[in-house]
Amino acid sequence: MMPELISPALIMVAAALVIGPARGYLRTAVVLLAPLLTLWAVWQVPDGVQDSVRFLSYQIEPVEGSPLRRLFATIFALMAFVGGLYSFRLARWQELAAAYFYAAGAIGVSFAGDLISLFVYWELMALFSTVVVWSGGTPAARAAGIRYAILHLLGGVVLKVGIEGVVVSTGSIQITPMLAQDFSSWMILCGILINAAAPPLSAWLADAYPESSPTGSVFLSAFTTKTAVLALILLFPGEPVLIGVGLFMVIYGIIYALLENDIRRILAYSVVNQVGFMVCAVGIGTQLALNGAAAHAFAHIIYKALLFMSAGVVIYRTGKNRCSELGGLFRTMPITTICCIIGALSISSFPLTSGFTTKSLISQAAANEGLVWVYMLLTAASAGVFLHAGIKFPWFVFFQKDSGLRPRDAPWNMALAMIIFSALCLLLGIFPEWLYRFLPYPVDYVAYTPGKVLFYLQLLLFSGLAFFLLLPLMKRTETISLDVDWLWRRGAPAVAAWLGRLLEPIRDLGASLGSASQNLLRFLTARYLGQPHTADREERAVFARSWPIGTTALWIAILLSAYVLIYYI
Amino acid sequence: MTDREDGHWLTRPTSIRKLWWGFSTLLALTVLAQLVVYVKGYFTVDGWFGFGAIYGFLCCLAMVLFAKALGFILKRRSDYYLERDDDA
Repeated sequence: MMPELISPALIMVAAALVIGPARGYLRTAVVLLAPLLTLWAVWQVPDGVQDSVRFLSYQIEPVEGSPLRRLFATIFALMAFVGGLYSFRLARWQELAAAYFYAAGAIGVSFAGDLISLFVYWELMALFSTVVVWSGGTPAARAAGIRYAILHLLGGVVLKVGIEGVVVSTGSIQITPMLAQDFSSWMILCGILINAAAPPLSAWLADAYPESSPTGSVFLSAFTTKTAVLALILLFPGEPVLIGVGLFMVIYGIIYALLENDIRRILAYSVVNQVGFMVCAVGIGTQLALNGAAAHAFAHIIYKALLFMSAGVVIYRTGKNRCSELGGLFRTMPITTICCIIGALSISSFPLTSGFTTKSLISQAAANEGLVWVYMLLTAASAGVFLHAGIKFPWFVFFQKDSGLRPRDAPWNMALAMIIFSALCLLLGIFPEWLYRFLPYPVDYVAYTPGKVLFYLQLLLFSGLAFFLLLPLMKRTETISLDVDWLWRRGAPAVAAWLGRLLEPIRDLGASLGSASQNLLRFLTARYLGQPHTADREERAVFARSWPIGTTALWIAILLSAYVLIYYI
Repeated sequence: MTDREDGHWLTRPTSIRKLWWGFSTLLALTVLAQLVVYVKGYFTVDGWFGFGAIYGFLCCLAMVLFAKALGFILKRRSDYYLERDDDA
């Protein structure tokens, strides 16, 4: 195979294959070095399609470089490295190998030059992310993993239907910008949006991620939704439907996170909220907006993984995952607390953090296009993010009441992983031009103007005031909140049971008909075949009797003569 | 809200009172700063004096109340889905 055809993703695939057989230090070396090697390979990919190979009657282009694709592949590889560092001492090798296959899928999608390659890597992600969910190891993780797999395989089928449709109608498998105008393009859009956790099928994310292991959820938070954002940027820039979808996700994420008690589920809902910002930006579709979507995805992976890491450390050290059971952990977990607060400030787009320098690109794009409602809702959502993730999460985990828990702080490798990502959150916030330089379009935007900073400080600090004044309303309860997944977890089984009851008379009728026909058959067999177990000749029925051999020979002769006669006639 | 027995400085009522004072001063300053710092409004209203503060506060109030109301409909006990698995 030509070297140009080798996607950097294959390095991660090779690493994933080796992780199992390798032992001890060798495994650690593979886990830590493979993502760095991949990162190097990502930057060796020049712009444009590298080479193509003929498969059936299509030109497959496994590697296509562009600034946007390299940006996403970079953060995926970086995520795999820091995630590997965070996990390698705690996670089982099966989970690590699955996570590396999963990362390989994400990097493969980043460079996929055609729809078929994209689909193959897309499904690789679906399969191995399911394994990562299953690695939670609990019955709940198994059940959630099955629901997750069903939904993602369904999403894959929808995407495939769309790809086939586009290929049949245009004859091309090229990845080119399109709008959702016909059945095929709608199917592609829906297939991608399922992975982006867009409504109505967003419940899989908050259902599955919190059931995975403390290390697994770090990987899960990074890849699936962000590859969906990349696919949207590549295929549907400026698709107006996405603005509405994104705004819905933004608000939905906040409301559900406010209701939630499970610490990782709060974070899972805030993934939906943040991806909503990106989806909305892709919908706006200007160069500034697409830059914003890409930059925000980059920053988001870092601070969201950081938040999941701090939650993972808490769960690993205390074995508890509910706000109502936690609190006061700042006393013995200073590193985790500080890293968590940095992540929380970043997600809230606080000035001097990465969230501020990337999310404000999206708001600015909305303002430039004169989209007053979009701008106002995104601003309201920024306030809401501070409320549910920026303050609520650290407050309930590390402060609020004293839960009496005195766990030790993070193990060194987990602490190091959190510190690396905390540093990146701050660096990208203080030196935004480091990231702006690598965005797909030239950036003519100044993140820090006194007016902008003051506006955000007012917005966020008064959201903080609202949080503490409304604290009595936010007392955590031992509850979950119903989501769309109620439809298939409770609704569908209830409908099935109801239908079962409705069909009971028919089933009874069937049963009585069955027993009647059985009785008839029994009567007929007794009548004609007799009772084989009875030795007495007289008691046997007509077909069960023994006949003399002469009679049989006579009958055969008669039948043969009849046959000969009929043949001549 | 806090535990007074373990004596960590952050949990003492006096420190909490000080924190509230500090925080309130900070809030007041961010609003007053708009007297000297020009905040560009893209849609007129967002350039008004103290708009960010009021908008942020009211939005959070609305979202918390909306979530609370929705909670009455959507909230179930934590073992809501588990019960069914036990039955099965």
